[in-house]
Amino acid sequence: MKVAISSSGTTLDSALDPRFGRAANFLIVDTDTMEVEVKENTQNLNLPQGAGIQAGKTVAESGAQAVITGNCGPKAFNVLQMAGIKVVTGIQGTVKEAIEKFKQDELEFSQAPNVEGHWV
Amino acid sequence: MIVTIASGKGGTGKTTVTVNLAAIAPVSDIQVFDCDVEEPNSHIYLKPENITTQEISTMIPVVDKELCNLCGECEKLCQFSAIALIAGKIMTFPEMCHSCRGCAMVCPEGAINEGKRVLGSLLEGKNQRGIELIWGELRVGEAMSPPLIKQVKQRINPEKFSFVDAPPGTSCPAIETLRDSDFAILVSEPTPFGLNDLALTVEVLKKLNVPTGIVINRADTSEPTSSVQGSMPDTIIDEYAEKEGIEILQKFPFSREAARVSSKGLLLVDEMPEMKKLFQELYDKIMSRLDAIKEKNPAKQAEGTMS
Repeated sequence: MKVAISSSGTTLDSALDPRFGRAANFLIVDTDTMEVEVKENTQNLNLPQGAGIQAGKTVAESGAQAVITGNCGPKAFNVLQMAGIKVVTGIQGTVKEAIEKFKQDELEFSQAPNVEGHWV
Repeated sequence: MIVTIASGKGGTGKTTVTVNLAAIAPVSDIQVFDCDVEEPNSHIYLKPENITTQEISTMIPVVDKELCNLCGECEKLCQFSAIALIAGKIMTFPEMCHSCRGCAMVCPEGAINEGKRVLGSLLEGKNQRGIELIWGELRVGEAMSPPLIKQVKQRINPEKFSFVDAPPGTSCPAIETLRDSDFAILVSEPTPFGLNDLALTVEVLKKLNVPTGIVINRADTSEPTSSVQGSMPDTIIDEYAEKEGIEILQKFPFSREAARVSSKGLLLVDEMPEMKKLFQELYDKIMSRLDAIKEKNPAKQAEGTMS
């Protein structure tokens, strides 16, 4: 399956970006082949607001079925839920480490956003 | 005439200046507007009676899912991600919506109906001096105050004289409040923060083309008593005003007694004769500035009366 990880860089060795909406990139990783597709998120970095919504849309369009990130707010969480994408929050380290943990079923899916929304 | 009291920095004395000016004004038919809708407090001092409250809301889109064909035109138009097409479904985020109605206009199916988001309340009352106070109270949890401020300002009667208490800062709420003012009084204090935020507000007012005067609150009016630097009067605002060519309308000295009176919800012009004198001087200066503005620009005045 495809998993989207918020990442500060573009390779599996990059550090996971703790922010979802304003992550530098999303790495869409195929957990079977470990093939990586990079989705830049720079357009959202500069958005005054609504970055979580747009990032959620980017991930939904990538075909990913799960997201691994640090923090996910209520609006992004809603979007991902609407798209049927499961979310893992509170993860640190490299993208590769996150994927390995995910593959070994060590990560737990969130039932709710783990941070509050930003002021409009 | 609309005179708005602004500052940039918070806590410099905007409300104190507003309510005391209104109380000392000899003209009848005074309206006071408290546009600091996030924490209005003019009513504490002006004590309006028979207060009426009205709920104020703003338009948000409600999508008729039967009619929506998921074309995504609304999403393309919306600059605030308040409406989005996600995984073949249309989602709305009412708290992001700026009520431009653009989504409803571009929808080819007519699938977008008008819903509402409550912004807060509009309150009105009149006190025993005959001052009419109109103010807004933003709903707790609401992040956008300009639409509510707009509603408060719609009550401005151009036939009457209005004092408008602005929110602090120089972002949308302050700009919405200052817009269309005939004159702005900028209340500052002689501190680096006071000066920094005053200068920002002056830049905003240049863009809005509103004439300005400065009031220095908690001014150090003491005579220099020694050569020790710390005991010299703090003149940073005076220097700035001179450089910018902005008139200093009045200086209110630092006064513990004034703080005590204000903390009881009383008016300085009622309790302190020396303050009453300073407010009277300030009022007279504002009136002469307004007379000059009227003379210079009678057209604007006529336009204001008509609208």
